[in-house]
Amino acid sequence: MGRQKNKGGLATMSNRKIVVSTFEEVATAQERRLSPLTDDLKLLDSGLDSLSFAIIVARLEDSLGMDPFNADEAIDFPVTFGEFARLYETRCP
Amino acid sequence: MWLWGLMGASVSGPTGALHDIDAAMPFAGLRDRSCFPSGPDEMRGRNVIVFTRRQATTAFALMELDGVARRVVICPPDMDAKLLPGLAALVQADIVVGDDSHLLSAIDVRRTLAVSLGRDSRPVQRICSQTTEWILLTSGTTGTPKLVQHTLESLTSAFRRSPVRPGTKWGTFYDIRRYGGLQILLRSAIAGTSLVLSNPQESSGAFLERLASAGVTHVSGTPSHWRNVLMSGAAALIKPCYVRLSGEIADQSILDHLRAAYPDAVIAHAFASTEAGVAFEVDDGAAGFPVALCTPSEANPELKVAEGTLRIRSDGNAERYLNQDSPPLCDADGFVDTGDRVELHAGRYCFRGRMGGVINVGGLKVFPEEVESVLNAHPRVRMSLVKARRSPITGAIVTADIVLADAVRRPGDAEDPTGEIIEFCRSSLPPHKVPTLLRIVTTLAMSDAGKLARPDA
Repeated sequence: MGRQKNKGGLATMSNRKIVVSTFEEVATAQERRLSPLTDDLKLLDSGLDSLSFAIIVARLEDSLGMDPFNADEAIDFPVTFGEFARLYETRCP
Repeated sequence: MWLWGLMGASVSGPTGALHDIDAAMPFAGLRDRSCFPSGPDEMRGRNVIVFTRRQATTAFALMELDGVARRVVICPPDMDAKLLPGLAALVQADIVVGDDSHLLSAIDVRRTLAVSLGRDSRPVQRICSQTTEWILLTSGTTGTPKLVQHTLESLTSAFRRSPVRPGTKWGTFYDIRRYGGLQILLRSAIAGTSLVLSNPQESSGAFLERLASAGVTHVSGTPSHWRNVLMSGAAALIKPCYVRLSGEIADQSILDHLRAAYPDAVIAHAFASTEAGVAFEVDDGAAGFPVALCTPSEANPELKVAEGTLRIRSDGNAERYLNQDSPPLCDADGFVDTGDRVELHAGRYCFRGRMGGVINVGGLKVFPEEVESVLNAHPRVRMSLVKARRSPITGAIVTADIVLADAVRRPGDAEDPTGEIIEFCRSSLPPHKVPTLLRIVTTLAMSDAGKLARPDA
């Protein structure tokens, strides 16, 4: 479903930047007040709800071609924003 | 009560005919000849499976078999011949009749017989002697087809006593080998009015031309069929006085578009299912149906809503499922649960979707049809298909494929309207129902039954 590699201008952006901008876009679209995205920000405190996270993960799967939550090996579920972003940085396709 | 007996007007006058893609076959043709090589008598008391390539062959075989055969099983158009031996065992078939001798010869069943239309034969004396079981196969939205047993009486209960408007000519997008199309066939045959049959090889535009040249007055199809008509650019070819929608939810958008395309026509939407029969027909131009239809009464059919779904008790209910492992078709009070979910708004029950098609977004239910009706109300959207996308966070999220209505793009409209359409959804739907991703497609696949092909159906 919609698996694509980096495309267009996104290729020049680091995965972390893409994660940050996706958080911001989805927060705006979902009318959520997003806390500043620092590494130690707890995701529970980010201002986003689970639907927003579901949308972020789907968008990142489309833009980065990866879904770390659906990888073969089990992952520790991220608790902070830093842990979440690292899932995408360390698991480049 | 036998079909042949009810068809008095059809067989005595020259009026009614079945119009196939390449021929018009008058009902009266059956008066003097049979499509069975040795006449209908060899079918007497038999269990007969009708498995044909052409709709017309099934139609004429049914006219001859009712009151003669013990059981008639109508195979839907898309049925794989490989299923026939299993089906034959299940229905205890004595014989499979069809119009493709090559196909029939390859089938491993006890006996097959090739039948043909217009065969020269000795004069037929028709003697109807028993109530025939009519077996329909449901289109199988949940997987295995179910065998639904009707009688001619239950199949004709919705219209047997209704007056027929003089000059009526029917056209239908449905296949007459399924419940919706069979209703139209029986209406036509009994009233002696002509019926124009569709053909899967034909485009919407070509079929509309055929409907126009036959001068149809009454046309029936699913909302998806009608959306295709509106997109074909050929909608104006026909001038129906009666437009009927059933088989899927008729949302306000399609009703309004049809009203605009056919300002002088009655636009009616009906609810029917193979098991429950015809529940109602509404022609007030509004989606859903008035709550008054659910008032307890001696009316037939009787409608009620229980646990959120529409239930129907009527003479049009099927008798039972033939499959051995099937649950009872109706509850202890005789009501059939349609599985179609309705919600009450301002005095009307509106359809929200099938119980089985629910998308579960983090524990919240989303009926694809409800979201589709909002998408379809956007002026740039002609039709839409809402789907679940798996999500590791919420189990599923809602996505949609949309077909744009190009004709209504005005100067200044956005090149890519997806953002605007999502905003539009957000204004009338709670967040979990709003499609998170929209994909623009040029067409949406339809099932053989003329309904939107749903990936999980």
